[in-house]
Amino acid sequence: MSTFKPKHQRLVLVLIALAALIGAVMLAAWSLRTQADYFYLPDELVADPPPPGQAVRLGGMVERGSIETMADGVTIAFVVTDQAAARVPVRYSGILPDLFVEGSGVVAEGSVAADGIFIATNLLAKHDENYVPREMQDMHKAMDGTGPEATTVGLE
Amino acid sequence: MHGFANPRRFLSLAAWLTPALLVSGLLLTAGALAWGLLAVPPDRLMGETVRILFIHVPSAWLGMGGWTAIALSSMAFLVWKHPLAAIAARAAAVPGMAFTAICLASGSIWGRPAWGAWWVWDGRLTSMLVLLFLYAGYVALAQAVERDGGSPRIPAIFGLVGAVNIPIINRSVVWWNSLHQPPSITMGKSAIDAEFLVPLLLAVLGFSLLFGGIMLARMRALIAEMQHESRLRRKAQEAGDA
Repeated sequence: MSTFKPKHQRLVLVLIALAALIGAVMLAAWSLRTQADYFYLPDELVADPPPPGQAVRLGGMVERGSIETMADGVTIAFVVTDQAAARVPVRYSGILPDLFVEGSGVVAEGSVAADGIFIATNLLAKHDENYVPREMQDMHKAMDGTGPEATTVGLE
Repeated sequence: MHGFANPRRFLSLAAWLTPALLVSGLLLTAGALAWGLLAVPPDRLMGETVRILFIHVPSAWLGMGGWTAIALSSMAFLVWKHPLAAIAARAAAVPGMAFTAICLASGSIWGRPAWGAWWVWDGRLTSMLVLLFLYAGYVALAQAVERDGGSPRIPAIFGLVGAVNIPIINRSVVWWNSLHQPPSITMGKSAIDAEFLVPLLLAVLGFSLLFGGIMLARMRALIAEMQHESRLRRKAQEAGDA
């Protein structure tokens, strides 16, 4: 070490400090891995249900064909699902975000009622990472048989 | 590499490179934004609001790129002790902070129609807000050190430590469930249709040229300020000696 020029000594010191820093951050990120989640996935909510009335967020895909308007005309019911095939029924009355459609992502804020139905007080639309012009959408589907909506990245 | 670290050679290079970067950056940014805001077709789901993409994404990249420049310059300063590296780090802070603020503001405006919320505390948004605060802290710290005569190593160490936030921002949408969607552009593949991607990449290039031009202009201004101050100090000393 004594043959090192001061310049090289500083370089080694900075690199060691950087390695220690990155290690510390990786540890912090690892310990935060579920606490820093913005929402629960349906299978997490089904496996370990929060006490009724506790405010939680539920995120997943709106199951195709599951959206229906209740008899009062303002409440809608739908099912949030994920790739683990867990299903959580949701009720919501209020204004829907523009991007709230079947087969797309949604984050519901609310709580689980005693009967297991998730009562949402607010809905947020979660869109995927695809950007496709309207007129191209049908062309993509015709070409490879998969529309851009077919991916559910981020919700697995 | 070390040739450009010579301040005199740097100044003669920056004298023509600064206006060249600023003018080409302005032209390219104006062209790319006109293309993106006027000519591009609406998105299949988001409709017209997709146009915010052409401001939001380049600002986000440069907000993160600005701190990367601070970190690399700070490391060069700590290891090789070259004063120009410390000046480069300080010069990247203000444009980096401005682009981070533009990213947060445009993202908020986009979030309202796309998600249904101006702001949410998910991993991506929170880590980007932390970056804005880091910039503000760095600018204040660098100014205080210059004014009160502390060691220039203090802001350099802060710049290096703050760099840990950059991979967190980048990975936040992959590590944690978030409302923000995962990255559209990953190694060698893009989920953005070519109709959007081409003007987007042009806007990124234009914003980057502008960033480079602003950073060089800031470096020249900081060097001029230092020369001015040392000249004043020398004159005051001569007057004292006489």
